[in-house]
Amino acid sequence: MLEVSELNAYYGKSHILQGVEFNVQEGEIVSLLGRNGVGRSTTVKSIIGEVSPVGSIKFKGEEIAGRPSFEIASRGLGYVPENRDIFPTLTVRQNLMLGMKNGQRNSRWTMSEIFEMFPNLAERAEVAGGVLSGGEQQMLSMCRTLMGDPDMIMIDEPTEGLAPKIVDQVSRLLEEIASRGVAILLVEQKLNVALRISHRLYVMGHGQIVYEGTSASLQLADEIRSEWLEV
Amino acid sequence: MLEVFVFSTLNGLVTGLLLFMLASGLTLIFSMMGVLNFAHASFYMLGAYFAYSVSLKLGFWAGLFFAPLLVGTLGALVERYALRRVHAYGHVAELVFTFGLAFLIEEAVQFFWGADTKNYRSPDLLDFPLFVLFGQEFSAYRGFMITISVGIFLVLFYVLTRSRIGIIIQAAITHPHTVANLGHNVPLIFMAVFGVGTALAGVAGVIAGPVLTTFPGMAVVLGSIVFVIVVIGGLGSLGGAFVASLMIGLLQSYAIASNLGMPDLLNLLGLDFSRDHPLNDLWTLTLPQIAPVLPFLLLVLVLIFRPTGLAGKREE
Repeated sequence: MLEVSELNAYYGKSHILQGVEFNVQEGEIVSLLGRNGVGRSTTVKSIIGEVSPVGSIKFKGEEIAGRPSFEIASRGLGYVPENRDIFPTLTVRQNLMLGMKNGQRNSRWTMSEIFEMFPNLAERAEVAGGVLSGGEQQMLSMCRTLMGDPDMIMIDEPTEGLAPKIVDQVSRLLEEIASRGVAILLVEQKLNVALRISHRLYVMGHGQIVYEGTSASLQLADEIRSEWLEV
Repeated sequence: MLEVFVFSTLNGLVTGLLLFMLASGLTLIFSMMGVLNFAHASFYMLGAYFAYSVSLKLGFWAGLFFAPLLVGTLGALVERYALRRVHAYGHVAELVFTFGLAFLIEEAVQFFWGADTKNYRSPDLLDFPLFVLFGQEFSAYRGFMITISVGIFLVLFYVLTRSRIGIIIQAAITHPHTVANLGHNVPLIFMAVFGVGTALAGVAGVIAGPVLTTFPGMAVVLGSIVFVIVVIGGLGSLGGAFVASLMIGLLQSYAIASNLGMPDLLNLLGLDFSRDHPLNDLWTLTLPQIAPVLPFLLLVLVLIFRPTGLAGKREE
């Protein structure tokens, strides 16, 4: 589904990503772990085209490195940014409408289904997105991307700043997304969430992938966890 | 007195709504690109000239149809092949570009159509009084101008606030990257908005040309007032632009129709100045004389007391 090789990215003269390599298969949940500043968010921003990438990024077999964001999204790669980017003056319903692509048919997700899954959003369908709680905004942001019926979504820090109860809801939604055949690349700091739901995990350090394994293998790799993940 | 008030109000509405057609396009473009398009009134002038040329062969109504299309297409091409490239160099470069474009269009108009006033006339179909009030006629063409302007406002308002494309435009104004990440072609949206904005200016030119005369200076006459409206209404606010347009139109219309002057004010205060006073010209000023200055006076007051304008969002 997604094949990243020799990916480099720069902010001015700073060399942020230094030959990142990883892949995500169909229907898989893959987590990208690491401490702050190691380049996890830059990796997903390079894939979606917000940061200029150097290297190869193949999505569904086609090279997308350097293509405009809208074109990448149109090919079926969704992105949920860390800051959620809810349109504050638009209603919940309008925010969801924005996620739909032009001429879209037979989507895996419909608005009524989304409202059924999240009664909170249904109750506040006509309320401005800006007044929702952090958890509701996170759900809205993820559901908005789902409305475009992506084959894969990249989610940056979805549980950041959320209460434990809401974190559970987010985890359940991620599993529901994957059960419908949508691959997920999850950028996450909460190790317990990533270990619970991921099929495979990558650990990043100094702009590179320093470890690849499953939840079970990472749980046993004390050295990796203490050197690259624990604060 | 009532007669003067009624006709001043009607004339003020006509002027105000005409100004809104220009200001709406300008404020839409500013909202999206963050740059004031100095050449906006030049597209209005092109609308009048294109319509004049088309009307010579095919009549007024064909001009009303084709001229805005031509102007809108030209506007979209300007955005696609010029402004988008200049955009990379920042807002100052964009301002200088649109400033230069305004001169270029004015020179082009003089080159192709000449420097004289064109005999661009309203259609015979609307050459009758719509109604007679207090013995004065209100022409059908002015009624037509009001109808077109109100119609455009309603359509624009509906499209921007109720339709999906309007929602995408609103979102692209504030969060272009997020909208692009959802799969919408933001550069294409920007080009379309620029095209529609200039086409609206074109419509204003088509219907104002026969009333305000079609000559190479017509962009300069309205251009500065349109900027005043956009600033008073609040940069980027369509509703604000609508209110400000009507305010300016009515203000100027009432000022022109009144016969009040400084002597009346001085008399009211019990003051009197002799005719040989060195400032005699100032003391004898009348409201109709200062009517053209009033929008700019209002602009200064708004900038002092409410710099964001009536409904500005940008500073919030």
